[in-house]
Amino acid sequence: MSDRMQPTIYSETQFYWDGAKEGKLLLNACTACDGGAYFPPRPFCPKCGSRDVTVQEASGKGTLHSYVISHMPAPGYEPPFTVAVVMLEEGVKMMSNILDCPANPEALELDMALEVTFEARGDLMIPQFRPATGGAA
Amino acid sequence: MTKASIAIVGAAETTRMGKVPELSQTGLHADAALNAMAECGLTPADIDGIATAGHDSAEIAQYLGITPTWQDSTSIGGCSFILHVRHAAAAIATGLCKTVLITHGESGRSNNRAHRPLFPSMQQQEFEAIYGPLFPPSRFTLPVLRKMKDDGLTLEQLAMVAVVQREWASRHPRATAHDPITVDDVLSAKMIAWPFTKLMCCLVSDGGGALILTSAERAQDFPTKPVYLRGMGGESCEGPMVSQMEDFTSSKAFRVSGKAAFESAGISHSDVDHLMIYDAFAHLPVYGLEDLGFVAKGEGGAFIAEGNTRPGGRLPLNTNGGGLSYMHSGMYGMYALQEGVRQMRGLSPAQVEGAKLSVVHGVGGMFSGAATVVLTSEDQW
Ligand SMILES: [Zn+2]
Repeated sequence: MSDRMQPTIYSETQFYWDGAKEGKLLLNACTACDGGAYFPPRPFCPKCGSRDVTVQEASGKGTLHSYVISHMPAPGYEPPFTVAVVMLEEGVKMMSNILDCPANPEALELDMALEVTFEARGDLMIPQFRPATGGAA
Repeated sequence: MTKASIAIVGAAETTRMGKVPELSQTGLHADAALNAMAECGLTPADIDGIATAGHDSAEIAQYLGITPTWQDSTSIGGCSFILHVRHAAAAIATGLCKTVLITHGESGRSNNRAHRPLFPSMQQQEFEAIYGPLFPPSRFTLPVLRKMKDDGLTLEQLAMVAVVQREWASRHPRATAHDPITVDDVLSAKMIAWPFTKLMCCLVSDGGGALILTSAERAQDFPTKPVYLRGMGGESCEGPMVSQMEDFTSSKAFRVSGKAAFESAGISHSDVDHLMIYDAFAHLPVYGLEDLGFVAKGEGGAFIAEGNTRPGGRLPLNTNGGGLSYMHSGMYGMYALQEGVRQMRGLSPAQVEGAKLSVVHGVGGMFSGAATVVLTSEDQW
C-alpha cells in the first residue's frame, strides 16, 4: 500500500486532504450562483467565476457511474483492480477505486449504491468508495 | 463560388514505420520532414513557418536548419497536428508566413528519446492518478460502460470497429496488422481494461509524418497534386480529467470542434465522401460518428456493425486501418491527416473511388481535446 502514488497537495486543496484525515469528504460549493457543489476543489466557482465559495461536507453517498477493471500495472496495486467514477449525491463526479468488492463485472453493477470510506496511505487518508452497507442514512 | 485559399502541397510519412530502432524521435521528425520537402521540391531554406507537438518547435527548427517567422508548439495530445493545420492556415491567410512545415515523430515502440511527450495536469495527478489509472487503456476507456448502459452500445459493436478497420488495413501495404479478425477474436483477446481487450486498443509504433501548407494561389508551383482546405476547421477542449467529462456518452470537445468545421466549410454530412476519426481505442469512432452528427446519438455502434463504414460501405471510415491496425505512435493525428491527403490525391492503396471531400477528426489526450479539418481535391466550390 505504501508505494501507492501520493497526491501533490496545494494550498487551495489542503482543506480537502485535512478533511479526509478526519473522515470527512469535503466539497467546495458556490454561494453566488445555484451551481452548488463542484469538484475538484478550487477557490472559485467553475460555473460562474465567483470567489464566493464555501466548504461543505458531502453525505458520502454515491452511485457507480462508470468503471474499468484495469489489468495494467500501477505502483502498490495488484491487477486486476477497479478504477471507477462515482456520482455523488451532491451531483458531482469523482474518481475512486471500489473497496470491499471483487474486481469483476458480476459484482459491479452500474448505478449500484456506494458509500465513502478512507484508505490510509502514508500520512494521508485517501477518499475511497465501497458498496453501500445499507446502514442508517 | 468560393475559391480555396490554403493548400497542402507536401505530405509524407517516415520512410519506414512500425519498428524503426535506427532512428531517434527527432530523427523520425526529420525523416518525415525531408520526405515531405523532397516530394514538393523544397529545402529547409524555403520553410518560414513550423509547427509540431510533443517537442518545442524550436528544437525541430534547429535540427532541420529552419529559421521561421511563425511557430506553433501547441500540444493538446494526438490531434495537435490537425489543430496545427488550422492554425497554419490562419497564419498563412494573415501573412505571418508563407510556407508551413508541420512535423510529427514518435519513437513510441523503440523509445529512442529523452522524454515521452507527456501532458501533465496538476489536478489529474492529485485527484485521478492516485487511483491507479496510469496508462491510456484504463483512463480513456472509463466512460464506455456508462455509454453501453445509457445508449445501448454493445461489446460486439465495439469489436466490429476493430474487425472493419482490419478490413481496410488489409488493403494498405504499410499497415502493421493485415490478417482478418472476427468479433470472437477481438472479444477473446487478452483483457487490458474491462471491457477492452488488446484488439480494441491501439498499436504501439515508431513513425512520423509531415505536411507542407501554403496559399492556394501558389499550389500550382509544386509538382504534387494539391489538396485544399475547405473552411478553417474546428477545435476545442474539455480537459485532462476524464472523470470530469460532462457527459460520459458524448464528447463536448468533439461536438464543438466538429460543428465549427462543418459550418466553416459550409458542408452537410451527405457531402462527405471519406472520414477519418482518430481511434486510439475502439469506442472513439462511435463517439466521433455521433458527436460530429453523422448518426443520431446512440446509433454509432450499430452504424459500424451494420457495415456502413467498411470497404464498399456508404461512409468509408479510417481507410488506413486506423490506430488499431495501421500504426499508432502515440500521437496518431498526423497519420489520419496523411490518409485524408492520400484519398484526396487519389493515391491511397484503399482509394475511395471519386472521393472529393474528406473530414479528418482527432482526439487529444483522453477526451481532453479535439480538432477537425475538412480536406478537398477541389480548388473551388
Ligand atoms: Zn457559481
